[in-house]
Amino acid sequence: MKLHEYQSKFLFREFGIPIPNGQVAQTPEAAAAIASQLGVPVVVKAQVHVGGRGKAGGVKLARDADEARRYAADILGMDIKGLVVQQVLVDPGADIQQEIYLAITNDRGAGCPLIMSSLEGGMDIEELNRSRPAAIIREHIDPTLGLNGFQTTHIASAMGLPRAHWRSFGQILWSLYRCYIESDAELAEINPLVITGEGELLAVDGKVIIDDNALFRQPKLAAQRDDSGEPESESLARAAGISYIKLDGQIGCMVNGAGLAMTTMDMTKLYGDADHIGPANFLDIGGGASPQQVAAALRIILSDAKVQCVLINIFGGITRCDEVADGILTAYNEVQPNVPMVIRLQGTNASEGNAIISQAQIPNIISAQTLTQAAKLAVAAVKERA
Amino acid sequence: MSILIDRNSLVLVQGITGRQGAFHARLMMAYGTQVVGGVTPGKGGEWFEGVPVFDTMRAAVRTTNADTSLVTVPARFAPDAIMEAADAGIQLIICLTEHIPVADMMKVVTFCKRLGSRLIGPNCPGVMTPGQAKVGIIPAMVAEPGNVGVVSKSGTLTYEVGFAMKNAGIGISTIVGIGGDPVIGTTFVDVLAMFENDPETEKVALLGEIGGSAEIVAADYIKNAMTKPVAAFIAGKSAPPGKRMGHAGAIVDGGEGSADEKIQALEAAGARVANNPEAIPNLLA
Repeated sequence: MKLHEYQSKFLFREFGIPIPNGQVAQTPEAAAAIASQLGVPVVVKAQVHVGGRGKAGGVKLARDADEARRYAADILGMDIKGLVVQQVLVDPGADIQQEIYLAITNDRGAGCPLIMSSLEGGMDIEELNRSRPAAIIREHIDPTLGLNGFQTTHIASAMGLPRAHWRSFGQILWSLYRCYIESDAELAEINPLVITGEGELLAVDGKVIIDDNALFRQPKLAAQRDDSGEPESESLARAAGISYIKLDGQIGCMVNGAGLAMTTMDMTKLYGDADHIGPANFLDIGGGASPQQVAAALRIILSDAKVQCVLINIFGGITRCDEVADGILTAYNEVQPNVPMVIRLQGTNASEGNAIISQAQIPNIISAQTLTQAAKLAVAAVKERA
Repeated sequence: MSILIDRNSLVLVQGITGRQGAFHARLMMAYGTQVVGGVTPGKGGEWFEGVPVFDTMRAAVRTTNADTSLVTVPARFAPDAIMEAADAGIQLIICLTEHIPVADMMKVVTFCKRLGSRLIGPNCPGVMTPGQAKVGIIPAMVAEPGNVGVVSKSGTLTYEVGFAMKNAGIGISTIVGIGGDPVIGTTFVDVLAMFENDPETEKVALLGEIGGSAEIVAADYIKNAMTKPVAAFIAGKSAPPGKRMGHAGAIVDGGEGSADEKIQALEAAGARVANNPEAIPNLLA
């Protein structure tokens, strides 16, 4: 789960990391009030869950309250990569002498936390990693021991940080590590961490991503979830315990298991791409899905008006094909879809499941034996309706 | 022969009295796996289908001499259960549980390595040596004994490929589901090395997906250390960047972990990559 910039920075502050003294506004008037209260030039920053806000015009420097009001009016309601801006952060402008990159993330391959730090902060870290990887200092942390003092000294020294800042940098790194651990973060990033004209360190921008699997023990962070940019169907799916992501194609896919769900999407694209036909969604009903979950999944798929055909591919292990078939019938009777459905049931109780479907004698249902056949039939069904 | 498990493996099921644990313990027994006991704290002294239930792994290992354990307990208890198994001296720990926080897994994986226990998973379907034993939830019907080793990040995709191989008359030495989580106990390379050294495995099928770089590392290993032919499939070619596809690990992030990048690396390493999992048998024939 992604936190907004302001949520990330307010979280940093709880752990003792210095941040600009800004506030969040939902209206231009509120932005102006914050700016006049701060009494200095301010930065008005769009709060949306995408990168590249600055390039999109979502970050503006305002000299006074009037300008802050105007810029906030421009930015609020702005569409940045498909997300509508609903709040802005109004921060006092910082006197920036030097920009540092500092982040802690999970290193999958090494199976432990990784600290990355660079004096060339501010810019896109992926770009820096491509162009000058040596400019990034990397330090792995033993997850059973945690961060050690010598490691913070090593990082400060290796990145070439002037000695005058080692102490405050070390304190910020300790705080960030505690924040990363105690918040179950996948990523805790400060970019930039600036050195100001007064020689102080300040976290001017921040990004925190929380491990979804740990939200059960992070109720305060879970409560900060902002779904406003997310398609309604994805929120509905999450509530039903289904993993769903909306895409742009015409074939609505319902599959058990994430790997097979991606594969099923890939097959619709493999056989449909030449005719601009592809997957309308990723959907994993999970292992051992109940008929109610199957019905919920079908309703969510059909809520997408672009869907021209539904492809159900179930390879039953834990999941029982007869229960899936019951769910399909329940949902069918309720939703009465007017698009064809290609159904392929294989594995545990497949013959029982197929019998339930064929006995129901539903028009518009096409049976398939293999995944390849199912994908081809779904593509053909979309072409026929075009 | 085979890798990891065979008919002589002595298996404990952690969570044997739970709904999932009980269901799959019965299927494993029916397949011929030597399930010698189970552990459920608070239910020690009970019996399950003729095998004893213990309160602790230490007591269970002392009494049964088990070498393998299957963890089926919920995510909140699974990290502790894995470490308990390693502490009790279990050599091979297979964890089915999904949704375990990554922070916990980083500690658990480090702990298991320190104690010399091999962990498979979490969030994996388990291991099956067809005709001999299965530890996990892989359905018996998806594979026959043979000489192709299968290693995969994804459960149901593995069933799909196993079933296609069976229909094409191709048998399997061992199937290993390594799991789709970001931090796992056993990697593609670990399993490829085992297959390379297993005299009865002649070819290998590798089933990967988007996210992370495990397939790239595997491609390096195939290029530099493997003599046996490898066929592969990578799921998620049609997945857009920045969207997590179900598995906690399956996301194309910052241009890294895309299917195309992995397919190119595998092909450059000499592996044959299928664009359709049902075409894998053709590449192994």
